[in-house]
Amino acid sequence: MSLHAAIFYLLGALILGSAGLAVTRRNPVHAVVYLIFSFVGSAMLFFLLGAPFLAALEVIIYAGAVMILFLFVVMMLKAESADQASLSLRRWIPPLVVGLLFVALAALTAMREPGGAEVLKSATVAPRVFGRYVFERYWLAVEIISVLLLLGLLAAVQLGIKGTPKGNGTETKTGAES
Amino acid sequence: MIVPFSHVFILAAAVFFIGLACVLARRNLIMILIGIEIMMNAAAIAFVGGALHWGRLDGQAFVLFILGVAATEVAVGLALVVAAHRVTGSVDPDRYNLLRR
Repeated sequence: MSLHAAIFYLLGALILGSAGLAVTRRNPVHAVVYLIFSFVGSAMLFFLLGAPFLAALEVIIYAGAVMILFLFVVMMLKAESADQASLSLRRWIPPLVVGLLFVALAALTAMREPGGAEVLKSATVAPRVFGRYVFERYWLAVEIISVLLLLGLLAAVQLGIKGTPKGNGTETKTGAES
Repeated sequence: MIVPFSHVFILAAAVFFIGLACVLARRNLIMILIGIEIMMNAAAIAFVGGALHWGRLDGQAFVLFILGVAATEVAVGLALVVAAHRVTGSVDPDRYNLLRR
């Protein structure tokens, strides 16, 4: 086993372990912090698989921005830990059974796929080459994503305005009372 | 040089399954959003592995778009959670059963 393979399996165990810990925490703050570990692990995996630019983006956007947004909302809502029932084993059994079947089938499919056993060659894409490729082939998708981000911003601001959003008369009245 | 392609794919499937189980089992809207984030991350891992396997950059380009969609989704989703919390005072999806206030 080469050094790269050892790093890959260690990273895989780290990602799976911290994601598993994250989804079983009772306190959402702990869950978010474990999830940051998981995303930093995926960033290192991206680096190993030859995507240094995406690794940087993963750390900046996922582990940085998105998780901090989660932390803000968790702390703002004082998300109650009355979530005890959802951690009972009975509730976890159906998703676990379905999910394990799903992973077993995926493993079987990936193993039987002709190219599946092919060992990956390590290669790296320079950010400059990657950016040039994206803006040559996918410029329209980049524009669509930018419009999507703008719409998301507008929707979040509209939903976050204190009181109810401007609707018809009755709604605003009840909103003012509450 | 690194590992067989199928192992990357199996890792992505396992991470996706953890996110799916989180969405199905938890009764807390914030944890459900976290599960969706985990699933999107798993899709990104599969795309990067595929990009390396076939030696094409399209897979990596798609990860860029996944990141954009995930950022938008989490912004709108958390704004919805805040708005719903303001109405019902809870983040339990089972409490959102009123057609009007």
